[in-house]
Amino acid sequence: MEQHGETGTTGPGAVVTTGLDVVVTTVASDSHTWNLVFLQLLLEELGHRVTNLGACVPDALLVAECARLAPGLIVVSSVNGHGFPDGLRVAAALRARPELARTPLVIGGKLGIEGTGADARRRALLAAGFDGVFEEGGSPGAFPAFLRALAPGGRPPLDGAPVPVVSGARR
Amino acid sequence: MTGPRTGAVARGGFGGFVARARAAGTLVVQPRMGMADPARMREGLRAVRDARAVTVGTLTLDSYTRTGDLAAARRALADGTGLNGYPIATHSTATTRAVLGGVADGGFPVQVRHGSPAPEHIVRALLAAGLDATEGGPVSYCLPYSRTPLREAVEAWRKSCELLASAEEFGASPHLETFGGCLMGQLCPPGLLVAMSVLEALFFRQRGLRGISLSYAQQADPRQDEEALTALGRLAAEHLPDVDHHLVLYAYMGVFPATPGGARLLLEDAARLAVRAGAARLIVKTTAEAHRIPTVAENVRALETAAAAAAGEHARLAGSVRGGVRGEPVLAGSGRGGGYGGSLGTAGGAPADGRSGGLVRAGGLPAGALRVEDTGIEAEARALIGAVLDLDADIGRALVRAFAAGYLDVPYCLHPDNAGRTRTSLTPDGRLLWSDTGSLPIAAPRGPRPPILGSAGLLAALSHVRRSYDARAAAGPPTRTPLAPGRPVPLPSRTTSTPRRELGPTTP
Ligand code: B12
Repeated sequence: MEQHGETGTTGPGAVVTTGLDVVVTTVASDSHTWNLVFLQLLLEELGHRVTNLGACVPDALLVAECARLAPGLIVVSSVNGHGFPDGLRVAAALRARPELARTPLVIGGKLGIEGTGADARRRALLAAGFDGVFEEGGSPGAFPAFLRALAPGGRPPLDGAPVPVVSGARR
Repeated sequence: MTGPRTGAVARGGFGGFVARARAAGTLVVQPRMGMADPARMREGLRAVRDARAVTVGTLTLDSYTRTGDLAAARRALADGTGLNGYPIATHSTATTRAVLGGVADGGFPVQVRHGSPAPEHIVRALLAAGLDATEGGPVSYCLPYSRTPLREAVEAWRKSCELLASAEEFGASPHLETFGGCLMGQLCPPGLLVAMSVLEALFFRQRGLRGISLSYAQQADPRQDEEALTALGRLAAEHLPDVDHHLVLYAYMGVFPATPGGARLLLEDAARLAVRAGAARLIVKTTAEAHRIPTVAENVRALETAAAAAAGEHARLAGSVRGGVRGEPVLAGSGRGGGYGGSLGTAGGAPADGRSGGLVRAGGLPAGALRVEDTGIEAEARALIGAVLDLDADIGRALVRAFAAGYLDVPYCLHPDNAGRTRTSLTPDGRLLWSDTGSLPIAAPRGPRPPILGSAGLLAALSHVRRSYDARAAAGPPTRTPLAPGRPVPLPSRTTSTPRRELGPTTP
């Protein structure tokens, strides 16, 4: 897995990171927040530092906050069923900013309204600029594995910590 | 209306329909249903109308319309991206009128359900389409639904309420339901839910509404819910004596059972709770809830399941009241320990209005008639309501100040205007207690109140209800609450077209 961001290791003798600065967010149309609270707790337990942007984050605010915070990872969560179209839009907006063009970016949750079609959505979202797509119903270990690959210095999941129900990331 | 003692005038429209159903002894059931395509929406409404249940219809709006992003709604319609509801402000008025034409009328009122902190465009659209019933509130559609500053939501809701209320001049019977009894859907102690519902109802009244319903969402312990609904009924009667009002129960609004069996058991318990505790209307959830937007057929099945469970509970109560004398177990609440639908408790007693041994009022018990153990929910709600009302004569301003002071503080809510200092404790049997009261004007918790900790703890608390109901479904046929001796449960009514006609106005 390609490493991004300032906290990644770059070779022998590289500094072991103590976790990433992570932005946890949802999309503009989505008001669900239990998912955001859960992801924040999970990421913090894994040793990362989280800025949680809360409900209904407008694209412009998300881009501005990410540009300001220069996070090592952006986690988009959406469960209201509009996550697919909104996610495509958000990826384009983030990737259009040169300083965010390579920031690791993932999305997960319930991204459509029918509970099906996850494969096609995943391909389109990856093409739009996401590095990982973790829809409900996929492999539970995928997101923690993605995080470990991204920040090898991060703590492994706590024993017994829940793993979100997700599907595989790219690669 | 919550019963004869409220003295409110029966009216037409949505509130009048529910009042007539209640008087006729039937729980009104209602879906959460909305789809983008007008033809499918119309089909859905017709199917709800024709379900074997006394129903009202719903237009649930999509998230773009809720957040005011009408351009995104237009785009989604244009390129056929699925929407999670009906975009009422994007379809033309003529289209929405065509969806409703010949379906919605006095015998089948339709309510618009949204979730918007700034709903003027929605109220305008629904009035233009000939509708006059909707729901929400300045707090409950702001904090859990947006990042809009509370002050702005209050202002937008003030205008929206006044706009809705003004429709009365043109012969409409505007009806507005509080969403305050739900808030984040889960893990909020009932005292705050009851207080928010009453406060939003008072806000509506101050802004000119005369037809109001007060919501409460089923939580994780039936006895706590009975107590909360009883308190809500009492407080509503006290605070809204001059307003036509009723109680509406929401079937569980948190993480839903994943199995169809578990989902059905939870819905049935909600229906029984509604009947026992004096709610006139129930909003159902379907077996698809945990997974995706439900189909029309799933909605219809949920409505019929709930109506049948309500009828059964009604018959059970009618039997036990007819047989009871003062001092004996009469209106028994649900038992402790078994969760919802557990063994029959012995918390008896005569109805609060002294009509002991009388027939249960048709339509379920009058709100407040059920004898429940008092664990302090009503006192807590009264303290919260009182503290807020003391802040300002204008209830909108009082709400804004109350949140700024932390007198109102919704646990786990991320909204910037929420203090975020309160936390909940969930007991092993599902009772919701405060583990931290922050600056709420209520007593700090006594005794051990383990907080919910960590991602695992949060997920376990959020899925307590899902887990118990999925387990019950897996364990086989449910252990139903025993019936009063000699009273068979009536079959689910197949004749609801008749009450429906009776409930409708004599002239269309
Ligand atoms: C609670 C709830 C609400 C509350 C939310 C309160 C709040 N502020 O959070 C209220 C009542 C306000 C609400 C409102 C609405 N809701 Co809602 N809600 C739910 C409910 C019941 C539980 C969600 C929850 O809290 N889960 C707990 C959290 C911790 O888990 P989670 O969100 O499920 O996420 C898990 C995984 O997906 C994963 N995950 C999530 N994101 C990510 C991201 C990454 C990167 C990874 C790795 C993992 C991951 O981690 C979590 C743990 O496993 C679900 C149905 C259900 N699940 O039972 C519906 C549901 C999510 N809601 C739904 C909808 C549509 C809405 C509304 C649009 C109303 C409507 N039209 O029906 C509005 C939202 C308005 C808007 N602007 O978006 C739909 C979505 C449909 C779909 N996707 O197909 C659901 C599925 C219900 C349904 N069947 O219709 N809702």
